[in-house]
Amino acid sequence: MNTAFSVILQFLELVTALLAAPLLTGWVNQCRAWLGNRTAPPLFQFYRQLAKLFEKEVVLAANASSLFRAAPYFIFACMALASMIVPTLSTEPPFGPAADAIALVGIFALARVFSALAGMDIGTSFGTLGARREMLIGFLAEPALLMVFFTASLISQSTSLSTIVQALGQREFAIYPSLAFAGVAFTMVSLAENARIPVDNPTTHLELTMIHEAMILEYSGRHLALIEWAATLKLYAYSCLGLALFFPWGIPEGTGFANLLVALPALVFKLAVGGFLLALIETVSAKLRIFRAPEFLGTAFMLAVLAMLVHLLLETAK
Amino acid sequence: MSTGLHLDLPFYAQVINLLAAMLLLLSFAMLAQRRILSLINLFMAQGVVLFASTAVVAAATNQHHLYWSALITLVLKVFLLPWILHRLIRRLNVKWDIETLINIPTTMMIGLVLVIFSFNLALPISALAGTITRSTLGIAMAAVMLAFLMMITRSKAVPQVIGFLAMENGLFFAATSATYGMPMVVELGIALDVLVGMVILGVFFFQIREQFDSLDIRHMEKLKDD
Repeated sequence: MNTAFSVILQFLELVTALLAAPLLTGWVNQCRAWLGNRTAPPLFQFYRQLAKLFEKEVVLAANASSLFRAAPYFIFACMALASMIVPTLSTEPPFGPAADAIALVGIFALARVFSALAGMDIGTSFGTLGARREMLIGFLAEPALLMVFFTASLISQSTSLSTIVQALGQREFAIYPSLAFAGVAFTMVSLAENARIPVDNPTTHLELTMIHEAMILEYSGRHLALIEWAATLKLYAYSCLGLALFFPWGIPEGTGFANLLVALPALVFKLAVGGFLLALIETVSAKLRIFRAPEFLGTAFMLAVLAMLVHLLLETAK
Repeated sequence: MSTGLHLDLPFYAQVINLLAAMLLLLSFAMLAQRRILSLINLFMAQGVVLFASTAVVAAATNQHHLYWSALITLVLKVFLLPWILHRLIRRLNVKWDIETLINIPTTMMIGLVLVIFSFNLALPISALAGTITRSTLGIAMAAVMLAFLMMITRSKAVPQVIGFLAMENGLFFAATSATYGMPMVVELGIALDVLVGMVILGVFFFQIREQFDSLDIRHMEKLKDD
């Protein structure tokens, strides 16, 4: 494999992620507005918001520690790394061997720990409240996410994401009930992890119901911009992960330049459809009470475990 | 690089496996359901899945008597029993949320343990069987267990009866997957039993409510003390 080219490809994948992530969030917001019969904000609204926030000065609370100032950079770095590991344009990103599916869950967890610590750092009650809720959601969502990865790993006999995606993409046509279960579980987990509607409302500013917004209430200026950008990157990484695991067609195996011409339109198309479906789910469902969230995520966990069991029972050749 | 995956299963078996997985999912959905009306609809959906899987097994193995059992399933479990249940809850006027003795996430975790238990139990049995549906035996047993769990964790009479009917669904599925169904006489007998049982239990509901002003089974425990 051409090393220089693969480095360029990896760089391209990162740039695509950084640029496409706000666009994806903008697209989801647009779809939500259309479905709710409102006038949609422009597709590039999120870039303007980021540009505005980067220009503004940072206002820090008097008792903010250095952790509070460092956290946005850590969160952003974690999400950027995660979106580099997820196979989007090629099944063999050079960064792929750096982390497998389990380490990816760890990267997401690291970002969560930092945002929760930063939320509690100032000492306001809202930050603490948001951090506690975030940890509750995370503690329930993580096992379910791991179980989804274990199912995919059992099918493809590897925990490396690129091997999983290759194996799933090349399979002959067959009905895999386990993958269907795992897909539903993954969708539920990503709704919870990305602060989407059944669990958290991304646009809310009502103090008693918010989770993600409560943690970042004290941030301003470039810190807030980085956190918002990281949130869009997280949504992008989860979307690409779901597409790579459950709709892996169109991700080329090699690293040739011609493959990119196939991969890029396929990715854009899949993300557009996925974003619309996400907006649809958010429009038709109501936000759950916070005490129903464990039930929601418990269902996701149960589905993921069932997926694994069903795979072991039905799909392993005896 | 890596070789593509492939499943050494004929297409019919894959469809049956999918239907079996759906049956298991529906069993869990029934376990987690809070409303009686949705519970009856889920029971109906289970009947549809059962009908479809029996019909597919019949088509795959050329067992003509299975078409008849599929038909009986369709008439009895998709139309007749849900209709009777709907009528019953309308006449009893019970549409309220179901009380469970254990909270729902815990029930589901217990359900998962039961599934693992029955999958393990079924593995040696299905290794001996030669049917196309042998691997679904574990799911059939899990469905029986889950219905059993539903009967245990519900305190009201109607959900318990639905649990009983769901258990019969699981047994029927087990019969189809282990031995391509029971003899016609037995099958007809069971179908009639379930129907008559349902009618009698319907009468029981009214009696229980007349006696205790409630359908809560826990009231019946006090009979000993009086």
